Amino acid sequence: MRSNDFRARSHPAYWAFIVHRLSGLLLALFLPFHFWALGQALNGAASLDAFLHWTEQPFVKFAETGLVLLLAAHLTGGVRLLMLEFLAWRDWQKTLLALSAGISLAVGLAFALNVV
Amino acid sequence: MNARTQVLLWVAQRATAAVLALCIVVHLVTMVYAMRNGLTAAEILGRTRGNTAWFAFYLIFVAAAAVHAPLGMRTILAETLAWRGRTLDCAVLVLGCALAVWGARAAWAVFG
Repeated sequence: MRSNDFRARSHPAYWAFIVHRLSGLLLALFLPFHFWALGQALNGAASLDAFLHWTEQPFVKFAETGLVLLLAAHLTGGVRLLMLEFLAWRDWQKTLLALSAGISLAVGLAFALNVV
Repeated sequence: MNARTQVLLWVAQRATAAVLALCIVVHLVTMVYAMRNGLTAAEILGRTRGNTAWFAFYLIFVAAAAVHAPLGMRTILAETLAWRGRTLDCAVLVLGCALAVWGARAAWAVFG
């Protein structure tokens, strides 16, 4: 690895890129399952209830919180990218990164702890 | 793929990102609010069934996601696996159509 590669990869923007890419990939893989789960309602309320009962398990709850965190991270990271590309706020990059991370965490915690 | 099409795909990715940003904020707020006291199918469907405005909202949400997600996957597959060309474009198109149909079906199941 060249020293430039190392410097680039230790920059917060690189980690923002990794988080945005990974969260996007995982969300895209999750979408078909999400649509399938909601489609259970076509078979009646009992079928949807059976699925909702399955989601009460601790590991599913944990995964759900992770998904909300991924969605919030992809949203805030995406808004940051749109701002960088269209609003020329380049001096604010690190502030936007911190805001993205903070808002994602707050949304994930709000979901996990039922605080709203 | 010619430059004009590449530009159109870039614009589509950014335009759907802007739509999705609004949709996801609404989705996250309603989801956190709806799950305060647990969920039952009767409770959910009682609130949602026949609600045309929410059905229209989620159709827009699904349409934007069905464009945005496959375009993102296209970039990742091209950069990570060096998969390029017509086969990748066809695979991405199939993924987009499948997501649009599955998503519309899911929205109909809950709001129709």
